[in-house]
Amino acid sequence: MKQLEYPYDSDYILRKKKAIRRELLAREGIQYIDKRIAILGGSTTSDIKLILELFLLNYGIRPEFYESEYNQYYQDAVFGNPELDEFKPDLVFVHTTTRNISDFPKVTDTSEQIGAMLDETMAKFEQIWGALAERYKCTVIQNNFEQPFYRLLGNSDFTNIHGRLNFINRLNDRFCAYAQTHQNFFINDINYVSAVYGIKKWADPGDWYRYKYALSVSAIPDFAFNLARIIKAVYGRNKKAFALDMDNTLWGGIVGDDGPENIRIGHEDAESELYTEFQQYIKAHKDLGILLTVASKNDEENALAGLARPDSTLKQDDFLIIKANWDNKDINIANTAKEINIGADSFVFVDDNPVERALVEQQISGISVPEVGAPETYIDVIDSNGYFEVTGISEEDIKRGGMYKANMERAKASASFENYDEYLKSLEMKAEIKPFAPVYMARIAELTNKSNQFNLTTKRCSQAEIENFAADPSYITLYGRLEDKFGDNGVVAVSFGHAEGDTFHIDLWLMSCRVLKRGMEFAMMDELIAEAKSRNITKIKGYYYPTAKNKMVRDFYELQGFTKINEAEDGATEWILDLNEPHKSGNVAIKVN
Amino acid sequence: MTREEIYGKLNEVFQDVFDDEDITVNDATVASDVEGWDSLEHINLIVAVERCFGIKFTMGETTGLKNVGEMVDKIIAHLS
Repeated sequence: MKQLEYPYDSDYILRKKKAIRRELLAREGIQYIDKRIAILGGSTTSDIKLILELFLLNYGIRPEFYESEYNQYYQDAVFGNPELDEFKPDLVFVHTTTRNISDFPKVTDTSEQIGAMLDETMAKFEQIWGALAERYKCTVIQNNFEQPFYRLLGNSDFTNIHGRLNFINRLNDRFCAYAQTHQNFFINDINYVSAVYGIKKWADPGDWYRYKYALSVSAIPDFAFNLARIIKAVYGRNKKAFALDMDNTLWGGIVGDDGPENIRIGHEDAESELYTEFQQYIKAHKDLGILLTVASKNDEENALAGLARPDSTLKQDDFLIIKANWDNKDINIANTAKEINIGADSFVFVDDNPVERALVEQQISGISVPEVGAPETYIDVIDSNGYFEVTGISEEDIKRGGMYKANMERAKASASFENYDEYLKSLEMKAEIKPFAPVYMARIAELTNKSNQFNLTTKRCSQAEIENFAADPSYITLYGRLEDKFGDNGVVAVSFGHAEGDTFHIDLWLMSCRVLKRGMEFAMMDELIAEAKSRNITKIKGYYYPTAKNKMVRDFYELQGFTKINEAEDGATEWILDLNEPHKSGNVAIKVN
Repeated sequence: MTREEIYGKLNEVFQDVFDDEDITVNDATVASDVEGWDSLEHINLIVAVERCFGIKFTMGETTGLKNVGEMVDKIIAHLS
């Protein structure tokens, strides 16, 4: 919903929040994921919760909230609370601010005393985070501290150990160090958000003393949006790719009319430098695993000539796919999505032309189309929307662009074989199929949240849940990593389930579409069957729950040799495999473990 | 801005904040007359009123308001 995308109107959101909520819930065809979110507050959180809900609904996340009693964050976290236990949070957000720091240095304190004060404050928070991780094994999001709105020591507040600002900065450093060494723990950087908003306006003492809001009520939308960005990233709702226009988006001018020698890019003048900075910003996304593509109305020859300029930061090679033609852009983006095998709704479309933006937005449901204005606003409008909010940079992310390229090479190679099995054998595939291992937990959680098409039950899991399944003896968990002569695909298949007596239930079965038709799903099933047999299991039950996106696996269990035992009206099916019967493996070309 | 014009805008604020298009308020309206006007919504109401008229109430002004009429008096004082 446009009203909830940056640049949004905070006053409008605050005033119309009830109507906006109604509108969000009235949208049709949204596939929500449901999450239980506990807010443990050191100050009033009522409107934070209500506005956060709007942003989350807009991201396709339907939250249920627990809200601690006023200022009970420490008690709830450390000593627990039956209501919170019962609630079983998927995620806990600890809303503390500079107002919650009980001890600030006095000018008469010694350096040792101030050090002890820091240790004590930090110990209290570590106690909170440790207790939450222990009790709820869930994701924790914690505010850092905003800078104080007054400076007793003036500029020395920054450098002098007696300064509040100095103290806050040191605490923030420690929070940062903790976050760097703990998984499933994220910092909501209100230090940054408040600075952008204006530190003095943010710390509205009137709102604090009247309502016990630790930030100005008017700042709540900015606060909640920043928090929602982290939550949606944790639950895999980030975007995956850019679809970029070229003329007046990647460079100034129209390459077809002006000629490649006359477009503005490089360092010759202010406009060229501005576009160069934007190209650098776009290019930096490649290392985060964001795929770059072009959707431009141009003759391809001209488009490539623009990128071929020696002073163009972006080169042809930086793009996975370049669609430069005269078709409508929504069609080009839909085709690009099909070729890469990701959803068209996982694109961010950047175009200076409002008409193109409106068309694409209307035709492709769920795609993000930032309302970029003048070129000097491009970076801010894209960046502030947090489409690609990072919650950890995995090896996978860095290699992703290369993997998609290798896939396209494989597609070319397959064309030269008459017999598909021969082609598969030529790939020299090797798989590692093993129980969930600590190094892959983040990737496994990511896959459960991102995979839509080859996904039988579409069960979404946080990393904490994944870790719990791995540790539970009644569970069998398997990840599959696939390598071939073109490169390493990384972890591409995940399945797990639980045993009840002699029956094993498959709770989740998914595979990345980048390894479709390679036989990986058969190799995975072989391993599952072997493991199940070793546990004296005699029957495996599989479940298929249809969604808008997973039709491709409707017949999955049939192909695996299962027998259908039930079909519901909505198309959901249940299948059974008798392990006493011989099972024929469908894997022809993958060498396992 | 006349008192009447202020009420015109104020009614819209009330309608948005309490999500009810039928609300109209007058000098005598008090919190118990409006469904949902509790202490939490009061905060939103004050912020929305401030933003609508481009003013900022002092802390003291918002704590002792007896009815909408008094709120309008304060708005007029800020605008003049």
